[in-house]
Amino acid sequence: MSDWLSKLSGKPTSAENAKDRLKLVLIHDRTDITLSSLEEMKDKIIKVISEHISIDPDLVKIQMVHEGREQRLIADIPIKPRR
Amino acid sequence: MTANIVTITSGKGGVGKTTATANISVALAQLGQKVVCIDSDIGLRNLDVVLGLENRIVYDLVDVIEERCRIRQAMIKDKRFNDLYLIPAAQTRDKNAVSPSDMIAVCDQIVEEFDFILIDSPAGIERGFKNAIAPANQVIVVTNPDVSAVRDADRIIGIIEAEEKGPAKLIINRLNPHLIRRGDMLDADDVLDLLAINLLGIVPEDESVIMSTNNGKPVATEEKSAAGQAFRNIARRLLGDEVPLLDLNLKEGIFHKISKIFNTEGD
Repeated sequence: MSDWLSKLSGKPTSAENAKDRLKLVLIHDRTDITLSSLEEMKDKIIKVISEHISIDPDLVKIQMVHEGREQRLIADIPIKPRR
Repeated sequence: MTANIVTITSGKGGVGKTTATANISVALAQLGQKVVCIDSDIGLRNLDVVLGLENRIVYDLVDVIEERCRIRQAMIKDKRFNDLYLIPAAQTRDKNAVSPSDMIAVCDQIVEEFDFILIDSPAGIERGFKNAIAPANQVIVVTNPDVSAVRDADRIIGIIEAEEKGPAKLIINRLNPHLIRRGDMLDADDVLDLLAINLLGIVPEDESVIMSTNNGKPVATEEKSAAGQAFRNIARRLLGDEVPLLDLNLKEGIFHKISKIFNTEGD
């Protein structure tokens, strides 16, 4: 509603901060997955996939998203082009 | 007749569960419904004092459960309305005096005689809350637009689903349009976006709630109060009426108008 305020000043409003913080907190509350266990899982996934396909570990993105009250784990793993 | 059994809960304390229970009960009674409200917050009773019925208590919920009285003896009639009754909580016991099956048995005794049974739940996610939702066929979650109330609401919504009492409906209480316009309070859309459940109503922050509670006279009886109107609308929605949400921007300031201009340019 008041995003014009943040557009004007370049700084997020306190309500926007509240919403962004809550988004993250709720994802972890709902799934019981911590950021560190997500990192650990990412490392393992990279290891397994690297055994079969050539990938760049720095480009791998793994994140929790929510759609309605459902949680989803999204992995984006770009494959290195063949030379 | 089979009563609609509605439990009002929140997770976090102090968000306005008891105020909501009292006012929705009163608003339903004003619409001609036969209503019983039950305070299930054993040891921390408050619905009696919010309704202004604290001087008329003889028996309580635990007396009914432990068969020291008949249920009718524990039902205090609110004389201001045709059919509104309160079953107060016991004040000198704790929540372990009641079990979920006790709550179901109590409601079973009166379910055929009323249109609505409203149960005021204690805060928390333990025994008292489990007791309160056991007989419910509908659960309402009350929250405030702040980080801790929304987080706790999300927890409780998840538990309600896990207990197969969902989907819960949401009341956002104490919304302050001025703070929202300033960008310093989550608005209703933000809260709904985060919690992803259906909205039953929005109640604006309103001084008249405090004043009317001081007087033991629920705000739903006050024609001019914005919060009172919001509770009356919620009661009508519970009866299945389509009632539009209150326009909380009646006192529209210059900043809000600027905001509108910016928003259209932005899109």
